[in-house]
Amino acid sequence: MAKSNKPIVWSLFAGGGMLSAFVTPVLIFITGLAVPLGLMSLDSLSYDRMLVLAQNPIAKIVLFAVIFLPLWHAAHRLLTTLHDLGLPKGRIAMTLCYGAAALGSIAAAVVLLRI
Amino acid sequence: MTEQTLQVEILRYRPETDQDPAFQTYTVPYRDDWVILDALNHIKDNIDRTLSYRWSCHMAVCGSCGMMINGEPKLSCHAFLRDYYPNKVRIEPLANFPIERDLVAVTDDFMEKLESVKPYVIPKQERAVDDGPHLQTPAQLNAFKQYTMCINCLLCYAACPQYGLTPNFVGPAALALAHRYNLDTRDAGREQRQEIAASNEGVWDCTFVGECSQVCPKSVDPAAAIQQTKIASTIDWYKALLNPWGKR
Amino acid sequence: MSRKPYLRKMPKSWWLAQRRYTSYMAREMSCVFIGAYSVLIVLGLYRLSQGRAEYGAFLEALQSPPSLVFHAAALVFALIHTVSWFSLAPKAMPLQIGEKKLSGGPVVLAHYAVWVVVSAGVLLVARI
Repeated sequence: MAKSNKPIVWSLFAGGGMLSAFVTPVLIFITGLAVPLGLMSLDSLSYDRMLVLAQNPIAKIVLFAVIFLPLWHAAHRLLTTLHDLGLPKGRIAMTLCYGAAALGSIAAAVVLLRI
Repeated sequence: MTEQTLQVEILRYRPETDQDPAFQTYTVPYRDDWVILDALNHIKDNIDRTLSYRWSCHMAVCGSCGMMINGEPKLSCHAFLRDYYPNKVRIEPLANFPIERDLVAVTDDFMEKLESVKPYVIPKQERAVDDGPHLQTPAQLNAFKQYTMCINCLLCYAACPQYGLTPNFVGPAALALAHRYNLDTRDAGREQRQEIAASNEGVWDCTFVGECSQVCPKSVDPAAAIQQTKIASTIDWYKALLNPWGKR
Repeated sequence: MSRKPYLRKMPKSWWLAQRRYTSYMAREMSCVFIGAYSVLIVLGLYRLSQGRAEYGAFLEALQSPPSLVFHAAALVFALIHTVSWFSLAPKAMPLQIGEKKLSGGPVVLAHYAVWVVVSAGVLLVARI
């Protein structure tokens, strides 16, 4: 078989794309628009509620997935889009995009484990 | 009554005299049953014998008359003047390919790529004539039939920005044909084709712009073939990871 | 006779040359918002881990006009992503029953159905 490691990032891209297609619009709507604008009660995102949620081990895994997969999806798509816009597909662009996604993933894991 | 006419702007390039290509405008009679190719033939026969372009069948089968018509890759035998009249029509050679002369594109790159994916049945064992026909059910045929319709007209390559940006990309038609043979129940050559199709220059350069499938005059849908190849190749990769001692 | 093939350069603005290329670029640009939103969730969780006051400040920041503008734009691009993702899904999953190849319509509809259920579920959980 041909040796290419693209399937690693591509599977993250595809998985993240699928997940964010289903959940990102509703999450953005709730946290970024409905609650801040008062369409939904502030209690939805209250400190006590969110703390209970973020301390639940299963919720931690779900939250990590909802952060991690779309982040890698975005990083991979950003890399190809920068190439579309004329940036050379070099090691630098790749390191920046995937590096940012890796850092974000680590940050998410650390924060979730500490709560 | 004065005859209705249409202005046609053609990108000319004569390698022996021209440094750069330049547009030349011709006025052709307008007929509502004429296609662009008829207009080109009219120019060649009556106005300017030096105009070069490829064509053969005039019926969307040979795949040789592809060109950019108002910026869109089309078969010139398949594009009616009536869809452009009374506006000027701009004709250029297929995008993303070098220009040999006038509307003739250099397609050697595609020919090499097409060969590289081994677009023919590679049976598991050589069959003798005495073995009789290699039977296939209609259902098995229908699984890949759409991909057999490709006429190598290269509209998909002209429509693909990734091919334009990364000339090493194997590209839509070749990858669709690789998929066509991989899906064929008589074939056992997938591993050989994957050497090219699943390599860095294979399906991974595709970002699913989807234009290849939009412009295909034969509804081959190369974008779908490439997408399915990405998924299958990803499954291969994880299988190899989980079972490094498995057969390669 | 010697050959002298002419190479044309692809213009950097190729994606503006045609409407379908431009909508492709809009789809690709959704990644900026989806990525930024992931970072925002990490930030929110970080503020949550710091304590009640810090998290309160985060919630207040979400009410600022720049945040509202960002989220409105992000929602538009997230929807572009969702719609385009669903519309391309049948290409990845060709269906065939017996000899007949099925059209992509049901696959797309199934995605929308799951989307509605998931979104309604999340909204319900958020309201309780």
